[in-house]
Amino acid sequence: QQIQEDLNKQLLDNLVSFMSRTYSDFQEKTTEWTCRMKFREIPTAALVLGVNVTDHDLTFRGLSDVLQDNITPYVALLEAKDCPGIKNLMQKLMGQLMNCDIDVDSLEDEDCVQVSQNKIRCSMPSLISWYESVTKKTDSETPSKKRNSSSKHWQSPPVVVIFKDMESFSTKVLQDFIVISSQHIHELPLVLIFGIATSPMIIHRLLPHSVSSLLCIELFQSLSCKEHLSTIIDKLLLTSQFPFKLGAKVLQVLFNIFLYHDFSVQNFIKGFQLCVVEHFYSQPLSVLCCHLGDTKKRVYSLSHDQCENIRRLPSFRRYVEKQESGKQVALLTNDSFLKEETEKLLEDLHVYHENYVSILRCLHVFTSSLPKYPLGKQIRELHCACLENQVWETEEYESSLQLARMLNKTDLVTMLQQCVEILMLSSGKEFDKTVEKLKEFLTQFQNLEAEASQERDVSVSSQKELQKKTDLYHLQKTLLELKESRRSKKLTKFEMLRFDVVDYIDKLVRKYLVPADHRTLHEIVYFNAASVLRGHLNAAPRTALHTALNNPHWYLKNQALKCDGGGISNKAPDICIVYKLHLECGRLINLVDWLEAFSTVVMAAEEPNADAASLDQVDDIIHARFIRAVSELELLGFIKPSKQKTDHVARLTWGGC
Amino acid sequence: SLAKKVKEQKMGNLVEEYFEAHSSSKVLTSDRTLQKLRKRRLNQQTLHDLLKNAPLAYAAEIRDLNQQHESLFSKWMLQLHLGFNIVLYGLGSKRDLLEKFRTSLLQDSVHLVVNGYFPSITVRSILNSITEEVLDHIGTFRSPLDQLEFITKRFKEDSSLELYVLIHNLDSQMLRGERSQQILAQLSSLPSIYLIASIDHINAPLMWDQAKLSLYNWLWYETTTFNPYVEETSYENSLLVQQSGSLALSSLTHVLHSLTLNARGIFRLLAQHQLEKKDNPSYPGLSFQDFYQQCREAFLVNSDLTLRAQLTEFRDHKLIRTKRAADGVEYLLIPVDDSTLTDFLEKEDEDV
Repeated sequence: QQIQEDLNKQLLDNLVSFMSRTYSDFQEKTTEWTCRMKFREIPTAALVLGVNVTDHDLTFRGLSDVLQDNITPYVALLEAKDCPGIKNLMQKLMGQLMNCDIDVDSLEDEDCVQVSQNKIRCSMPSLISWYESVTKKTDSETPSKKRNSSSKHWQSPPVVVIFKDMESFSTKVLQDFIVISSQHIHELPLVLIFGIATSPMIIHRLLPHSVSSLLCIELFQSLSCKEHLSTIIDKLLLTSQFPFKLGAKVLQVLFNIFLYHDFSVQNFIKGFQLCVVEHFYSQPLSVLCCHLGDTKKRVYSLSHDQCENIRRLPSFRRYVEKQESGKQVALLTNDSFLKEETEKLLEDLHVYHENYVSILRCLHVFTSSLPKYPLGKQIRELHCACLENQVWETEEYESSLQLARMLNKTDLVTMLQQCVEILMLSSGKEFDKTVEKLKEFLTQFQNLEAEASQERDVSVSSQKELQKKTDLYHLQKTLLELKESRRSKKLTKFEMLRFDVVDYIDKLVRKYLVPADHRTLHEIVYFNAASVLRGHLNAAPRTALHTALNNPHWYLKNQALKCDGGGISNKAPDICIVYKLHLECGRLINLVDWLEAFSTVVMAAEEPNADAASLDQVDDIIHARFIRAVSELELLGFIKPSKQKTDHVARLTWGGC
Repeated sequence: SLAKKVKEQKMGNLVEEYFEAHSSSKVLTSDRTLQKLRKRRLNQQTLHDLLKNAPLAYAAEIRDLNQQHESLFSKWMLQLHLGFNIVLYGLGSKRDLLEKFRTSLLQDSVHLVVNGYFPSITVRSILNSITEEVLDHIGTFRSPLDQLEFITKRFKEDSSLELYVLIHNLDSQMLRGERSQQILAQLSSLPSIYLIASIDHINAPLMWDQAKLSLYNWLWYETTTFNPYVEETSYENSLLVQQSGSLALSSLTHVLHSLTLNARGIFRLLAQHQLEKKDNPSYPGLSFQDFYQQCREAFLVNSDLTLRAQLTEFRDHKLIRTKRAADGVEYLLIPVDDSTLTDFLEKEDEDV
């Protein structure tokens, strides 16, 4: 568990630092711009951030930090939920500004007291007077004590107000605030920043012309969340840094949630986190999921039970079956021999990963430049495809090979050169590269380059010759030569083609093996329980209710409950019978008829042991059970009491669910 | 693709059926009412007694199911500590399960149980119990937001504070509002507050938008228990249970038995008149002048004043309602449904 928490933390730290990095240039732009603005109207920055509202918190926090460091100590962050009215908005704003101030210069204690008293009556004039007093203080004080930020930029630093979620503010509050502050803009240099989730049109829809004319708006676009995701995948999944890996199905689930539901990077990370927790919780051998350096120690400290666990792994069984008999016996009985073997296998796994990542990137360069992207445009699609199946058996791979063969023009050469460059970089970075083949490829690529340039020379010179000579015989001769050279050029094209094929087949067949199929001990590193993940992250409460009400057999293992398809088993729990009967009705349900149908069904179930004498008693109990079931259905939201007709209830769902 | 086509067609039919059923306001159901059922209405107490006597079906299977859920307890604890909050869904009351979780794992730590199904619960009372009992703070706050801010500050300052919050029925009538959910979400996003909640309503997830979902950081667990909703439905006013709020037959007869013969006659007259006109939906009631005339003819009152005094008494007992129409005429109505009124008249006839 300790490891797991460590890993978790490591992951999150990595992500946070990465995210702030991606935003930093964007932030720099905005901060620069805030410096530039002088106050004619209220300068306003509109940040178009995209619909993934949940990720914006980090952006804004980073932005306000950057602003505070570089430009102004006065930054206030406003959220729509805190500001239902203009009064609350002003209160919040003042509170934040003054607190900000205290944060920045925590020297003056008396000021603090004064400020908290001030909080009681918050209005624009008091804000201005506060601002004046603060700026005066900074102005009048000795330069050494001056806040360096304010002295660096201006005598009077601007007050920045950030509206986090523009869409959810009420228009009236926003308009009022803008009108009020525009009147005081000379005394109080305000800068507004709007965070917009949808499109900049919303500004004009929320603010009438008279108000928006008071603003001087500049638009800033943030990175789209898809790019964000792909960089995260790059940093998180396609490194050998983290020993923990995700299986194809799990990845698919996470991507689906991201692309079809929420576009939220935060949720993606949450899903990843859950995977880590789940993996380390459920898989007893996940102790071995660590960096290569620690493996040896951990393998040797394994207990006998854990060794048994290893033997029980399906991938290990497959491995054992392939060994010769003497070794088989040793593996299955001798713990220390098993440990040695395990260590070797884990090392293999590690090496495999490193090769996998760099070759995957290489292949991605090839396929992503093909027209129509048969293997996908993004590296994540390629990654999934490779994990899921043997990639060279898929149709898409076939068609991409075909396309690559067709694409043999000079631009392909440049593309290849690009690939080489990328590969050079990655092979330089990947420290212990076990296969020397990469370099071999590099030289081959270079040869190709040289040949290509030679040919270009040839063709250029021949063209020159063509221009020079004018008599017919020579022309014919040169044309023939040209043709020949073209033919020879075709040959070199073929060479390139072959090159490609060799390249692909060699690399892929050797290294692109599906982890689940071909790697021993992959269970230690790969998390593959996609259904668990989907259940926890993307649950469907309605489906669960539906199955429970329709086939209680699913949950309650009793033979009596088993029945085919549409019928109602009369031995089912009351609520299931009531539900089934209600499914047969239209929009309104007559309670009396419903009750009678229910009692018919239940009586049929109890007939064998019911006496005629106590019929009334039984009737009462059935009535009571019906009442309970109906009120349970009401609690669940399937029906509601209706006033349209006496003693009727309205159905709130439609169809079978 | 054939299967797909069939499915599409099925969907199309479903949609059409939906609109067909909702297009006309006419409803095809029988006109029978519970009154005609010749059966006394059960009240809450007898209902409870009856149900207690009725044996619970499939007790053994349900116990198995619950044991399966209980094996997850330690996992829940781990996940709560890792910053997730847990939400339980599925058919059946999850009250006992949560209660068991509480007694088995939370005995030594500070925890708060919120009964969401309780009809008078509010967010403010939840916050109050946190500030008063967990944080030992005496004092009031201007708004729940202020209170929340205070709680947040305290929990951030003091990292040793930990609080488990168990909410039964997070989707109940009182807590499903936007503002209360917002506050609960913010509360649950505090790292040292661990929330575990249960939901039952089919549309419960509609309460949460993206922002709230990310604050809640839910992990969903399906815990179908098939337990009856005993506590939860005891507050639910069902149609079939006798309701105490509206005027019932028993109270009607009770009041009228304590009146004079003439007063009873006056009420009877009004009731009969109302029943005669029950098929007319725009019937405004009996105007005071007409009523006075009729009462005089039946020798029930002798002056305008005595009738008015009598009517005031009725009104005090909520037996009649007066309504002034647009032309200034006062109309009298009995605010009891027709079937009860019929029963009442029949009973009166028997008595006389």
